[in-house]
Amino acid sequence: MVKEIERAGLPVVHICTVTPISLTVGANRIVPAIAIPYPLGNPSLDAAEEKELRHHIVEKALTALTTEVDGQKVFED
Amino acid sequence: MKLEMGHIFIKDIVFAEESKISDGTLYVSTKELEKIVMEDEKIKSVSFDIAKPGESVRITPVKDVIEPRVKVEGNGGVFPGIISKVGTVGSGKTYALKGMSVITAGKIVGFQEGIIDMVGEGAKYTPFSQLINLVMVCEPIDDIKQHQYEKAVRMAGLKVATAIGELAKTLTPDETRVYETSTIKEGMTKYPELPRVAYVQMLQSQGLLHDTYVYGVDAKQTLPTILNPTEIMDGAIISGNCVSACDKNTTYHHLNNPVVHDLFEEHGKTINFVCQIITNENVYLADKERSSDWTAKLCEMLDLDGVIISQEGFGNPDTDLIMNCKKIEAKGVKTVIITDEYAGRDGKSQSLADADAAADAVVTGGNANQVIILPKLDKVIGTLDYVTKIAGASEETLCEDGSLEVELQVITGATNETGFNKLSAR
Amino acid sequence: MAKLKVVHYINQFFAQIGGEEKADFPAELRVGEAVGPGLAFNANFKDEAEIIATIVCGDSYFNENLEKAKADVLAMVKEQNPDVFIAGPAFNAGRYGVACGTIAAAVQEELGIPSLTGMYVENPGADMFKDKVYMVSTKNSAVGMRDAVSKMAPLAIKLGKKEEIGASAEEGYMPNGIRKNFFEDERGAKRAVKMLLNKLAGKPYTTEYPMPDFDRVAPVPAIKDLSKATVALVTSGGIVPKGNPDHIESSSASHYGEYDITGVMDLTADTYETAHGGYDPVYANEDADRVLPVDVLRELEKEGKIGKLHNKFYTTVGNGTAVASAKAFAEEIAKKLIADGVDAVILTST
Repeated sequence: MVKEIERAGLPVVHICTVTPISLTVGANRIVPAIAIPYPLGNPSLDAAEEKELRHHIVEKALTALTTEVDGQKVFED
Repeated sequence: MKLEMGHIFIKDIVFAEESKISDGTLYVSTKELEKIVMEDEKIKSVSFDIAKPGESVRITPVKDVIEPRVKVEGNGGVFPGIISKVGTVGSGKTYALKGMSVITAGKIVGFQEGIIDMVGEGAKYTPFSQLINLVMVCEPIDDIKQHQYEKAVRMAGLKVATAIGELAKTLTPDETRVYETSTIKEGMTKYPELPRVAYVQMLQSQGLLHDTYVYGVDAKQTLPTILNPTEIMDGAIISGNCVSACDKNTTYHHLNNPVVHDLFEEHGKTINFVCQIITNENVYLADKERSSDWTAKLCEMLDLDGVIISQEGFGNPDTDLIMNCKKIEAKGVKTVIITDEYAGRDGKSQSLADADAAADAVVTGGNANQVIILPKLDKVIGTLDYVTKIAGASEETLCEDGSLEVELQVITGATNETGFNKLSAR
Repeated sequence: MAKLKVVHYINQFFAQIGGEEKADFPAELRVGEAVGPGLAFNANFKDEAEIIATIVCGDSYFNENLEKAKADVLAMVKEQNPDVFIAGPAFNAGRYGVACGTIAAAVQEELGIPSLTGMYVENPGADMFKDKVYMVSTKNSAVGMRDAVSKMAPLAIKLGKKEEIGASAEEGYMPNGIRKNFFEDERGAKRAVKMLLNKLAGKPYTTEYPMPDFDRVAPVPAIKDLSKATVALVTSGGIVPKGNPDHIESSSASHYGEYDITGVMDLTADTYETAHGGYDPVYANEDADRVLPVDVLRELEKEGKIGKLHNKFYTTVGNGTAVASAKAFAEEIAKKLIADGVDAVILTST
């Protein structure tokens, strides 16, 4: 999906847990997520901490969208 | 380690006052079995039914399929850590009731319970259409959580299968097979010329409703380890999962794992079957990396020449499969992988979510997206209430004439990735 | 039953007109004649089919006058109106292979007549046309004629009768990118053991699923000023309004969802859930922001970090959904997003 959106001309960032799949299918801007059932959360944290975690991942995604890349890039911490 | 497997062929199942096995007929007292099931307060009611090959019967939603077995000699008991006490199994003598199974069915647990048809097009795709099945439909108490219900049904099935297995304890088997493996050093001395081969089995462990248990331990909390391949024959691994019916391993698949059996066939002739390595398919990337690192490390430490890797499920576990394959090949160990495909209804899509050039020897259990029409059958054991919601079905599933248009995905065991079936794709 | 009518295409060499020196021989229709390999086909067809006409064309002529030759041959085939069209087999003859592939594909596409050809796997015509027309894999020279005809003849009859065609391994055609189920003689585990024994011994073996090549898309330039950008959310994690109003399937989804989130600041357990059947749904059902971070993006919108969160989000279920469907969904979604003036997309997957 991510590739088709990019092909249509929209910059897209893929937030996903299994980054190797994302790399294989050809996403260019990739941000690692937490776990498959909760990519942008962590039920073991309290609500405020969890929100902060989510904030952090989304910020990273926004950074990815504003960063020029010349191929595939995983935006790690 | 040496295990003698005694096979007792069951040719018929009938309901009776007293449970016993006589002349290949299993007599079942539903009253006795009901008592065992109702010990669990999470279960409101249970009903029993019998489904035989060729009958116009559909069983759904199917949760697990279990072959009754009993430990006759040797350490431990069947389903160690779950039904029997923890204790290493896989040696001594075990009897299995062949030609039959215990099937647990009931109201939906996850999205992904399956269908077993005893006749017609669907019957061709499930190995369980060839068995005489004792089906138990379990109703949960009200307001029960999905995972509590899943556990209650899982345990009820294992308990019933164990109770039936016990009936065979004093019988004389119709056929006996001996499975024996050596320790590492013995094997090297005994078969110095033969390639050293192991079986890497990936266990579904994606979390609640997608779990597998090894000696009672949830596989997602394990690190890859080695088993003597006879251990699975005593129920060391059981299914607790509701992934797509077509490619989940039921407990029956674990007990009769065909890779283990087919490697034993060659053991001492063309290969030295060293051991079974089990690993998981977790939801964290770090777990995936760690587990595949470890399988590769074990392969290296065991000085293996080749492995067969079997997957369970699909989607993100495709990555675990590819990681295992790539990392094991990188250690100079040759691999063959067994998987299945999601190539779309038209067969034109990418079959796996991940890929790598190292995976150059693949066996496939077929395309799970293939559409088939299941005819209307006379009798349903369980309920059709959820048939549009299970994986591989849709709102359009139920046709006007009562037939079902579904993907192979819905059929229990259809594209099994332990290589249980003859179905394949090109 | 009447015999199926077959038109057969061969080159100057197999028509015994001559070799390279006669390769400029223009297309010629011979009605009522079976020529060269056509005789072998007729013998193999038994009483089920018969060659009613043979078209002979020089390989150079065909390739050098492509458009005209194609049009001429098509007209000849159309006039004969056969039930099935066979070209070749071409073995490893490059120009002949390309001609066979070109004309067989054209007959099938333009005239709607089922077509079949055959050639050696390394013939350049193979890669060009094996996805367009059934192509039987043959040996690399005419020594393999008997073998090639024995595979092509039954397949031609099946095609002519419009019967279902089995998997490539059963029917002998080259894999054409369409995966097809069939039953092997041995179970998978046995096949795996045999494959491993061959691999260990350094002997040849054939994988049942060759690994694909994935295509790549060049990255779109970055967003210059996020504070002016409209950002949209898309997910394959199956987040839907509670109750799954559009009945998106838990696996192999046949459609995607488009949902308005105007004024929605936070996804709660009472309002949103997941329809995805491939992962433990408890956490997403408790708080769908864990999959689709609407809450955080609303905050960032308020802070002015992003211009705007797009008022619609799009959802699919990745679980078991064919890549082709996902691709089609994404193309449609991208079109809508562009039309709505969206500048960038955050896509979340489970």
